Amino acid sequence: MSDPATLSRDARIAARLNRRYAAERRFKALGFVAVLFSALVLAFLLVTMTANALGGFQRAELRFPIDFASGAMTVDPAQLEGANAMQVLEGAGLKDVVAFAASQSLGDAGAAELPDGAWREVGEALIDDPSRLGGTFQAALPASDDLAAALRKDGQPQLRGLADQLAAQGKLVTAFDWGFLSRGDATGPQDVGIWGALKGSMLTMLVTLLLAFPIGVLAAVYLEEYAPKNRWTDIIEVSINNLAAVPSIIFGLLGLAVFLAIFPNYRSAPLIGGMTLALMTMPVIVISGRNAIKAVPPSIRDAALAVGASRVQTVFHHVLPLALPGILTGTIIGMARALGETAPLLMIGMRAFVASPPDGFTSPATVLPVQIFLWSDEIDRGFVERTSAAIIVLLLFLLVMNGLAIYLRNRFEKRW
Amino acid sequence: MSPAIPILLALALGLIGWLAARSRAWAMRKAVRAEGGELHSLPNYHGWYVGLWAVVPALAFAAVWSSLSPNLVLQQVLSDPAAQGLPAFGIQRDAILAEAQALAGGGGATGFQKGSAALVEPFRAAMHTYAVIGLIVTLVLGFAGGAFAYLRLRPHFTARTRVERAVMVGLLAASLVAILTTFGILASLLFETARFFSVVSPVDFLFGTHWGPDPMSEPSSVSGDRYGAVPLFWGTIFIGAIIAMAVAIPLGLMSAIFLTQYATPLLRKWMKPLLEILAGVPTVVYGYFAALTVAPLVRDFGHMIGVASASSESALAAGLVMGIMIIPFVSSMADDSIAAVPQAMRDGSLAMGATKSETIKKVLIPAALPGIVAGVMLAVSRAIGETMIVVMAAGATARLTANPFESMTTVTFQIVAMLTGEGSFDHPATLSAFALGMVLFLVTLALNFIALRVVKHFREAYE
Repeated sequence: MSDPATLSRDARIAARLNRRYAAERRFKALGFVAVLFSALVLAFLLVTMTANALGGFQRAELRFPIDFASGAMTVDPAQLEGANAMQVLEGAGLKDVVAFAASQSLGDAGAAELPDGAWREVGEALIDDPSRLGGTFQAALPASDDLAAALRKDGQPQLRGLADQLAAQGKLVTAFDWGFLSRGDATGPQDVGIWGALKGSMLTMLVTLLLAFPIGVLAAVYLEEYAPKNRWTDIIEVSINNLAAVPSIIFGLLGLAVFLAIFPNYRSAPLIGGMTLALMTMPVIVISGRNAIKAVPPSIRDAALAVGASRVQTVFHHVLPLALPGILTGTIIGMARALGETAPLLMIGMRAFVASPPDGFTSPATVLPVQIFLWSDEIDRGFVERTSAAIIVLLLFLLVMNGLAIYLRNRFEKRW
Repeated sequence: MSPAIPILLALALGLIGWLAARSRAWAMRKAVRAEGGELHSLPNYHGWYVGLWAVVPALAFAAVWSSLSPNLVLQQVLSDPAAQGLPAFGIQRDAILAEAQALAGGGGATGFQKGSAALVEPFRAAMHTYAVIGLIVTLVLGFAGGAFAYLRLRPHFTARTRVERAVMVGLLAASLVAILTTFGILASLLFETARFFSVVSPVDFLFGTHWGPDPMSEPSSVSGDRYGAVPLFWGTIFIGAIIAMAVAIPLGLMSAIFLTQYATPLLRKWMKPLLEILAGVPTVVYGYFAALTVAPLVRDFGHMIGVASASSESALAAGLVMGIMIIPFVSSMADDSIAAVPQAMRDGSLAMGATKSETIKKVLIPAALPGIVAGVMLAVSRAIGETMIVVMAAGATARLTANPFESMTTVTFQIVAMLTGEGSFDHPATLSAFALGMVLFLVTLALNFIALRVVKHFREAYE
């Protein structure tokens, strides 16, 4: 353009203003890009997980009819009432019947891809409804891991022809796998389920809640309402603030060195896991609890004291109920964090392969995040989908918990 | 017998005591009021007084007993003739005993060890004896406590004062748990670290540059030159404090500026929770995302720009994802510090004709800088303590390199690796995890301590 020196003063000012406004727009756009980037990363993460998870909620099933009416197996339906019905069926040769029906319908190569334990699913269906013994039963049993991989155009090449052929006949299909939500861990991706880990998580969270909530709330009440201002109180406050910032893995070291030394028999039990996570969650509850108690106006306390309530009555009858929504919000957020925590639980041994769901607080268990970690180490491509499905389940739980916290905050929190 | 039974029984006794004392107090109140008087405390407090006396001693005993009785059981079993055949010491003896105990406790265990079957009966008998003793003493204590308190009830009995005193003790005890936890962490780390340093010298550990512990080696032949933790410190700093912060600081700061200064209320209402979701995603999910999606992309990018050594487990992948995880944290800290800058400073700058971005860059950020720096320090302390992302995406090889495409290991990774490996608990390789934990604990503590002080000073400066 033209030489700036020849321009009038007004034009120079206008040019400079334009430059400054352009810088302003660039800066604003930069900020928008930063926020957009976070949003896109989140969307990308959720989309990849969900896309993978769709396959993880499904399994490859072999479908073929089993003719029980032809009399290859004689079982008295009354015997299927008892607790050992499965043994009765096994004794009657159900396994052979299923294998025979499979080879009739699928051919020998197809029947070979039926896992050894698959007949048990037929057995469960028969126990559910013994009248099925009188007719033809349409079995839908899990295919072997290799065949499932072949169906995904993956794994051993020689099985892909068989998979394509069975799929074309409609005998090998991918179907929604309800069992994924009700089984325990297993060695192959076709047989794994999430219920064991989910139950372990629930038991662990229950222990955490029962320990961290009362201790956290009581500590918050003490520090906010009664604690004298002295050295001890300062030490308590400093240690709570520090505990809230200590890396979670350090709590795992504590659990390993202290809790497992006291209870050596409860390695990888929800009890120990819950205790470790409780120590981690407690500071979060204390801090949010103190804020909630601080937010209750002094006039409430003054009014209670003025009509003759004692200091304990004032707090427990008046202040605490008003602070409760805030405390609960903080508790749920702390629990959500504990639910997603993995590292401290690895430290205390919750990484063992546990096939059956835990039946108590002291039996070996695994939890959802640890299960995700363990599956993520597996090589089989089927585990990628299963892992993603488990992640989606975990995220759904977290979403529900956080949604509940937001609801509580909006519904019950008072602005004074 | 389940340990829950004595606890439930003690609680039931407490409930009975509560009900009995309350109805007695009601009756007393009726009698006293007929004479124109009044009870010192409300009937409920009499109930709580008796209930506490019935429950607390009994539960205290049950807790002590449950930690004591396994040893007593073991003593009795070992004095049994059937225990004479046990090997004198060592792992096998422990294995047999543990298995016999598991068998005796039921729960579907199966016997593998030779000789455990013979011990099942003595175990069962001993467990039964001590469980019954514990139960009886618990009940007696609960009953005695309740009866003692019940007999003390009078119209002028100061039940409320006493119950409130107990409540205060409970409150104080709850707040001491935090100190106890801090103390427990310090004590356990110090103890195990001291054991580690008795084998490996602290100088070798802190300044050595070769890390390669072998958990299966003979503990006595361990030498310090395999325990140089400098590569781990470097990996931790490189991933957590350099790569992650290079992502998190600009993005977090710009997000905070945009959301507080430019965004419309509607946009803010939607974007803020979105950032919070990013903060709420569990680290194991980020780790999986890093390993499955980001790491292959980073590797391919490395090959594309001609880095032949680009590996599928890279410091860059772990650092990038960690940075994304930290964005909301930096953003909310920056948000707080910018909000703490007095409105007058902002207004002054705008009144002089500065544009919004000039005000932000030349007034708000310099004024908020101490707070932002403190926030970054807290973010660094969180990043270096982060475990799952590096465990899943950063790799296991300890390297001193500045090439972000190579795999690199961190302090937290090695803690996990050493403690989940095959080595025995007394091996220096296992103990080294506690020394690493100690370093991590002290560094995060120092960072947090300084950061909190800075924030406090900064707040006071503007108040």
